[in-house]
Amino acid sequence: MDIFELIGPVMVGPSSSHTAGAARIGAVARRLLSAEPEWAELCLMGSFAATGPGHGTDRALVAGLLGMEPDDLRIPSSFQLARERGLDFHFTTREAVGLHPNTVELRLSGGGRELSLRAQSIGGGRIQVTEINGLELCFSAEKPSIIISNEDRPGTVALVSGLLGSLSINIATFHVNRDSRGGRAIMVIECDSPIPPQVQDQLQALPGVLRAIVI
Amino acid sequence: MDISCSIEALLQAAGEGPVWEAVLESSARSAGESREACYERMSQRLRAMEEAEAGYQPGQLSLSGLSGGDGARLEAYAAAGQALTGGFGAEVMAAAVKMAECNACMHRIVAAPTAGACGPIPAVLLPYRRRFGCGRDELVKALFTAAGFGAVIARRASISGAEAGCQAEVGSAAAMAAAALVQLRGGSKEQMAQALALALKSMLGLVCDPVAGLVELPCVKRNAAGAMMALTAADMALAGIVSKIPPDEVIDAMAAVGAALPPSLRETGQGGLAATPTGKRLAKEFYTKVKADQI
Repeated sequence: MDIFELIGPVMVGPSSSHTAGAARIGAVARRLLSAEPEWAELCLMGSFAATGPGHGTDRALVAGLLGMEPDDLRIPSSFQLARERGLDFHFTTREAVGLHPNTVELRLSGGGRELSLRAQSIGGGRIQVTEINGLELCFSAEKPSIIISNEDRPGTVALVSGLLGSLSINIATFHVNRDSRGGRAIMVIECDSPIPPQVQDQLQALPGVLRAIVI
Repeated sequence: MDISCSIEALLQAAGEGPVWEAVLESSARSAGESREACYERMSQRLRAMEEAEAGYQPGQLSLSGLSGGDGARLEAYAAAGQALTGGFGAEVMAAAVKMAECNACMHRIVAAPTAGACGPIPAVLLPYRRRFGCGRDELVKALFTAAGFGAVIARRASISGAEAGCQAEVGSAAAMAAAALVQLRGGSKEQMAQALALALKSMLGLVCDPVAGLVELPCVKRNAAGAMMALTAADMALAGIVSKIPPDEVIDAMAAVGAALPPSLRETGQGGLAATPTGKRLAKEFYTKVKADQI
């Protein structure tokens, strides 16, 4: 438990789960897309949907997509900024059956790339991403993280962990998942120390790695 | 040792030393940073609280028009010296309302543990320094203590209104503030734990029923209630009162009560005060206004 999430984050109000958490989700989605978002469809569920406008959840999500931090004073005017920067965004709502009350599903595209993700804001500004491109996982983006989509074949995990080991990057958690044997796979790696940006390219170059993103 | 798994573990980890020390040590170790860097991070949080307090604007209303100005009213009332809650109490109450109004007006604040409950902790700490005099360091250490106790609540129960109601937000803030106050008064770590239990148990069942779904009504006033609850609980603990139900069990009870609350009372704006005739009317007026302002 990160104590700086109990006293913190420093943020623009009014809601840590619906404003700060939402901004963080937007920012993680931007990072995962690794391109300037041009189109976004955001589906709010549960409490996120019910209290969205009043909490600036919608503004905060868009602010995150534009790269703003949770304490950025421009958050309340993110819609205007999005229009200026050419981000075409749409909001819908849905029932949150069996899901956390603060859940959002995003579909993004930009720079020739597409991404879908599901994330939840679990309180105090903390978030959990629970699905990326249809693959289930769970990461909080609290620690320096690496997301890798790869071909599901023997040796890929070893190559990735070997590379990180050779750079003295200690792995805190390592989750793998896949949609089918020999199909699409995903690795979610949380590390103990900040990851140098060039590691992303090094990982990207490994055989079997389709995409590597450092968050 | 994982000091967020129980109050018992936290107190044990502190051993003969203070709680804030164990919290700082554990945090620095997990983050792989020096004690100094960790301490500086918390000091910056305190600075952000001080800046938020200084940034209060008495004449400002929130976007909805439903909040603003009450902190100033309370402050003037407190200054007149006739408040029933006494000098310090009235100051704390005013500080809590002011901070919550800052949040409603989308100022930069420190979630403690959440934005909706950002009032109680700075509301007890900052007036405390003004009235009783203490170093800045004492407040930073108190924040570590508050965070350490709060981490157990977050881990065992919740700090999210959507999950467990306002008992998880303002209730947790009150509990954290109570523990911090006991430390400032020189109470023992066991008394800090008791203060947490006494505060939290008195807020069990508190629902999250925001009018129009905004973090304003009754959130702003509940921050005042939470701050006063912290004073009450700290005084009781310092007087030697012990909660018959141990702190960890109180936290677990809060989790269970939260799970039993229906969604209408967990931050959906569909029950409680939000569902009153006036609550519904205010919601309708606000959403009409939001639609009209949309380009």
